[in-house]
Amino acid sequence: MDWVNAVVQGILLGGFYALLACGLSLMFGVMRIINLAHGDIAVVGAYLIWVVVDHTSISPFAAAVIVLPIMLVLGYALHLLLLERSRRAGTLIPLLTTFGLAVIIQNVLLQVFSPDVQSVGGAAGDITTASWQVNDQLSIPVVGIVILLVAIGVLGGLQLFLTRTSPGREMRATAEDSDTAELVGINSRAVYARATALAVATAALAGLFLGIRTSFEPTSGSMQLIFAFEAVVIGGFGSLWGTLIGGIVLGVAQTVGAQINPQYSMLAGHLVFLAVLASPRGGILVGRWAQR
Amino acid sequence: MIQEPAAESPARYRVERWTALSYATTAAIGALVVALIFVPPVLGTTVTQQLTSLLILVILAVMWNALAGYGGLVSVGQQAFIGIGAYGTVYLNQKGIPPYAAMILAAIGAGALAVPTSFLVLRLRGGQFAIGTWVVAEVFALFVALDQSLGGGTGISLTTLDVYAPDRRQAYTYWLALGLATLLLVAVFLILRTRLGANLQAIRDDEEAAASVGVSVTRAKRILFVLAGLGCGGAGAVYLANTLFIDTPSVFGVQWSAYMIFMVLVGGLGTVEGPVIGAILFYVIQNRFADYGAWYLVGLGAVAIIFALFLPRGLWGELEARSRLRFLPVGYLLRTAGKRDDG
Repeated sequence: MDWVNAVVQGILLGGFYALLACGLSLMFGVMRIINLAHGDIAVVGAYLIWVVVDHTSISPFAAAVIVLPIMLVLGYALHLLLLERSRRAGTLIPLLTTFGLAVIIQNVLLQVFSPDVQSVGGAAGDITTASWQVNDQLSIPVVGIVILLVAIGVLGGLQLFLTRTSPGREMRATAEDSDTAELVGINSRAVYARATALAVATAALAGLFLGIRTSFEPTSGSMQLIFAFEAVVIGGFGSLWGTLIGGIVLGVAQTVGAQINPQYSMLAGHLVFLAVLASPRGGILVGRWAQR
Repeated sequence: MIQEPAAESPARYRVERWTALSYATTAAIGALVVALIFVPPVLGTTVTQQLTSLLILVILAVMWNALAGYGGLVSVGQQAFIGIGAYGTVYLNQKGIPPYAAMILAAIGAGALAVPTSFLVLRLRGGQFAIGTWVVAEVFALFVALDQSLGGGTGISLTTLDVYAPDRRQAYTYWLALGLATLLLVAVFLILRTRLGANLQAIRDDEEAAASVGVSVTRAKRILFVLAGLGCGGAGAVYLANTLFIDTPSVFGVQWSAYMIFMVLVGGLGTVEGPVIGAILFYVIQNRFADYGAWYLVGLGAVAIIFALFLPRGLWGELEARSRLRFLPVGYLLRTAGKRDDG
């Protein structure tokens, strides 16, 4: 029963990873940029929500309603100020600039907020601790279900946005062939900026749940980036629903690993990632990516 | 690709590799290395230790540049091999191998470990490769932390170096660092002069185009990755000997990657001399500004971004481009009657 519990917790954790990963996946899918500051942006979202909660003592969910539009604007600005220029400079430059951005974000957070560990779990109220007790060994935390449902909602929303709306179709057209998209009147710069804005906002939403579920500190972003990336790779590049599967596989690997020995939690997740990479499928994934 | 000197009309064209300037530069560097050998007895232990720290940075910058500047491989995980070099030394030393021999073996071990690692991470490209190497570094760190005989996650010191008097020890460590840095610089320089070097530069410029004319892209990248594993492993071993104490955050930390990126970007990505210049600059900046803590690191990140966007060739690359001088003979120069062009 402990194992069933571990798997259930892992599936719920996977929802969080999928939410964290979908922005990374979106940016990569649309503009072939891997944003090495993605995890740190999620942590910025968590800190902004924490600041609002701290000053107004409203619920972190209400604070997120204030913070998410701010993050959308910041994401749009991030593209125009940094990524657009990086993107045009070649394939190496976006990696170097986003890594530089990650270093800047972590250290500014360190300077402004001190290295202390923060959380908004307490401010979120009973939801943090509430759970459905199925039996002695198995209890399902409400917040885990909420995160999983939000993740499914966001992924489904993104899917609908990309397939059913005009800006979404523009985004897919730009991803496919930006030069041709320009020919039919699509402003690729604005499309990329919108994709970055969405990615940054979904990262901040993940930051909200990071703050509710556990805690965060200025340097938390690095591991969040790694988890998000692992979820994307395990799920197969480019597919949003694959990202959900990838997040769940990663989450289950971590909780089952922790069930064996708490020290194995992270290691198990990384090893599953490396195993997927080493499998023939890993080669196919990368090959498919190279063709695009 | 390297062209053989054109046979026809030798009067109008002359392909040069060695110029008077490159002879002078090579001789000066050789003289400098010889002079550096005598630092420990002449300048004392403090300077020797400082120069050892600088040499570690030089090794790391040269290795990162070999990966990114010539293979197009942006690694955020070279700390994997720094850590293996440092912890490998401790491990081998515990098995009874004398400390300095253990350092050399640990560096070779890091290079050997880079071989299987390369089969995994070279499946990835661009940003995927960057995070993939980072995951590898995390995995190595977690495995090391599981081993209680290596101090778990709490750190360990290399106590067997106590058999040497402090000034002797520092001198040996320095000579090891100097030898390693010289060896790796010469290795990179020689690789660049061969066909492999031309292949690598073709890969850096356009991977698909290089592959289409028959360059074995993965093989060339693997050679670089293994060389960089060896070099970073050696740097890790020297780092351990220079500081005597390590823990997993200090050797497996991603800050190493930040330093490497900074040094290479500022010095000059894809140049032989640039990383060395970058390492010296970074060493000076570190000593001058490290007291500012987080703001210092914010500054490093900002300078790296500015260089990446506005001066992607770095200081040395700009100098070479503007002066049109080549100090080390890596490529060929095509001399015609009046003007001169790069080959």
